[in-house]
Amino acid sequence: MELFLSTLINGLSLGGIYAMIALGYTMVYGIAKMLNFAHGDIIMVGGYVIYVFMAFHNPLLAILIAVIFCVLLGMTIEKIAYKPLRGASPLAVLITAIGVSYLLQSLAQIIFGSANKVVTVYDFGSVTFLGVNVQISALVTLAITVVVMVALTLFVKCTRLGRAMIAVSEDKGAAQLMGINVDGIITITFAIGSALAALAGLFYLLKAPSISSTLGAMPGIKAFTAAVIGGIGSIPGAMLGGLLLGMVECISYKITAIAPYTDAIEFSILIIILLVRPTGFLGKKRREKV
Amino acid sequence: MKLNLKHIRWSHYLNYLVIGIFTLVMAIIALTGGHINNSMLFLLEKIAVSIILAVSLSLVVGFLGELSLGHAGFMCVGAYLGGKVAAVLEPSIGNGVGSLILGLVIGGAAAAVCGVVIGIPALRLRGDYLAIVTLAFGEIVKSIFQNTSDASFGGALGLETPRFDKQYLFIFAFLLVLLTLAAAQNFIRSKHGRAVTAIRDNEIAARACGINVTKYKLITFTLSAFFAGIAGVLYSFSNYTVQSAKFGYNYSIEILVMVVLGGMGSINGAIISAALITFLNTKLATVLTGDLAVLQNLLYALILIIIVVYNNAPALKSFRVRYNLHVFFDKVVRRGKDPSHRSDDRAKWDVVPTKIEMNEILSIDLKPQNLSGDKPTHDDSKGGKG
Repeated sequence: MELFLSTLINGLSLGGIYAMIALGYTMVYGIAKMLNFAHGDIIMVGGYVIYVFMAFHNPLLAILIAVIFCVLLGMTIEKIAYKPLRGASPLAVLITAIGVSYLLQSLAQIIFGSANKVVTVYDFGSVTFLGVNVQISALVTLAITVVVMVALTLFVKCTRLGRAMIAVSEDKGAAQLMGINVDGIITITFAIGSALAALAGLFYLLKAPSISSTLGAMPGIKAFTAAVIGGIGSIPGAMLGGLLLGMVECISYKITAIAPYTDAIEFSILIIILLVRPTGFLGKKRREKV
Repeated sequence: MKLNLKHIRWSHYLNYLVIGIFTLVMAIIALTGGHINNSMLFLLEKIAVSIILAVSLSLVVGFLGELSLGHAGFMCVGAYLGGKVAAVLEPSIGNGVGSLILGLVIGGAAAAVCGVVIGIPALRLRGDYLAIVTLAFGEIVKSIFQNTSDASFGGALGLETPRFDKQYLFIFAFLLVLLTLAAAQNFIRSKHGRAVTAIRDNEIAARACGINVTKYKLITFTLSAFFAGIAGVLYSFSNYTVQSAKFGYNYSIEILVMVVLGGMGSINGAIISAALITFLNTKLATVLTGDLAVLQNLLYALILIIIVVYNNAPALKSFRVRYNLHVFFDKVVRRGKDPSHRSDDRAKWDVVPTKIEMNEILSIDLKPQNLSGDKPTHDDSKGGKG
C-alpha cells in the first residue's frame, strides 16, 4: 500500500510537469501545425533565467522574469526561424525546429558551462501522509497545472482571441477571410506555449534543484508523447496524457529499477499509441483531402 | 542490345570517377610504402563511414521526403553486430577481409531487418509522427544495447572489438562507399526511384497514378537502414570499442546536418558535405577543446537553420533562383551552355504545389473567358501571407 501510494504520488508529480509541457506542445501543434522541437529547450532557458535572477533571493520576481523572457524568446524564435517558412514543406519547418533546439542547447552550454548549476527556488518542505513522505512542491506543481489547464480551456472556449485560435487551427485560409490575423494568432500561441514552458522549468527546479543545458531535451520529446496520447490539440487531453506518462514512468522505474529501460518502455508506448490510435484518447479525427 | 556510348550521360558517372581515382591514388601511396600516418588513416575511415551514412539518410530525407531521426539507431545495430562477429571470429580466422565481409552481411542484414520491423508500422504515419517514431526507435535501440549483459554486448561500458588487422581498412571502406553510391544512384534513377520521388512531390497524386506508396516507402526505408548498418560495421572495424551512448539523437542530427548542407535530394551534395563536415570535425576537435567543443554544435545549429530557411522560405524564392551554385556553375564552368544536363533528382518543393488546386484547373478548363477577370485563387495550403 505504501509502495502504491508513493508511486502514485511520484507519478502524479512527474506527470504534472509532463502535463505542463504537453499543454504548451498541444497549443503550438494544434494551431501552428508544427512540431516545435525547441519547446523542451525553452524549459531549460526558463530554468536558467530563474537560476540567474535568484541572485536577488526573490522567487516570485525570478519566476516573473523567466516567464517574460521565455515569452519574448518564443516570439523571437517564431519570427526569425518559423515565420519565413510558413507555406514551405513541413519537413523544412521540422528541421529548422531541430536546429533551433540545438542552437539553444549549445548557447546555454557556452554561457553557463557544461557543469550542472544548483539553485533552490523555494523549499516547501514535506508532509507525511498515510506513512508516505510527500513533497509539498509536488502538490503545488499539480495544483498549478490544473489551474493552468482550466484557465487555458476557458480562454480558448470563451474569449474572442481563443475562438480565433480555434478558427486558425481548423482552417487558416477561412480564418483569414473572416478577418483574423493568422500570423498574429500564431505568434500569440507561441507566446503562451513559451510561458507554459517557463513554468515547467520552474517545476523542474522545484523537483530537483539542479539544471543543465540538456534539461529540456528529453522531457520535451516525452511530453510530445503525452500530448499525442491525450490527442494533439486537446487541452484536457494533454493533461491526461501527461499524468498517464508520469505514472508509466514511475511504475516502469519501480519494476525495472534501471533508468535507461524506462526510456525504452515509454518510447515503445509512444510508438504503439501512434500506431494504434494516432489521434490519441481525446483527439479529433481528421480526413485528408486533396 | 548494342551499347551506344554516345547515349551514356558521362556526367552521371563523374562522382564514381572522382572517388575511384581518389581511392586508387591513396591506395597506391599506401601500398607502395608511402607514409600515411595513423591519424590520416583514421580520418579516411571516418570520412567513408560518414559518406555512407549521409548517402543512405539522403535516400529517406531527400528523396522520400520523410524525416528519420533514428538513423544512428540503425548504425548502432550494425556496429554492435559487426563488432560481435569480429570479436567471435578473431581467435579462429583472425580479423581480416573474411570477418569484415561476414560482419557486413550480418550487420547490414540486421539493420535492414530493423528497418523493415520499424518501417512496416511506422510508414503508415507521416511527417512529424514518423520523425518522432524514428527518434523513439533510436533511443530504444540505444538503451537496449546499454542494458545488455557484459558477456553479450558489453553493457554500458561498450563492446570491445578487435580492429581490422590490416592497416589499410580505408581501401575497403572506400570500396563500400562506391558500392553504396552505385546502389543509391541506380535506385534513384530506376523506375522505383522515380516512384519514390513522385511520392515525395505529391503523395496523393502518386497514389492516384497507381504507385504502391507503402511498398516504395518500405523499400527506401529498408535500403537506407541496410547501408546505415554497413556504416556501423565499418565503424566497429575501425574502432576498438563500440559504445551505445555515441549513437544517440545527437549523432542522428549530425548526419541530418550533412544531408541538409549537401542539399536535399542531391547524392553528390551529401557526399561532399559528409566529407567536409567530418574533416572539419576532426580538425576542429584539436582546436576546440574542453568547453569550447560546444562551439561546434552551435555551428551545426546555425548551418541547419540558415540553410533550411534559405532553401525553403517562399519569400526568398526569386533570390534563390538568381543566386545559386547551379547558376554559378553554368556561368563560370559551362559558360552558359544548355542547362539540360542537370539531374532531375533534386527536391522540387518550390516548384511542385503541395495540393492540386482544383479551382484553378476548373477555371481554365471550363471558363476560359473568365481568365482575364478575377481568377479565384484558393490558397488554403499556404495560410498567412505566404
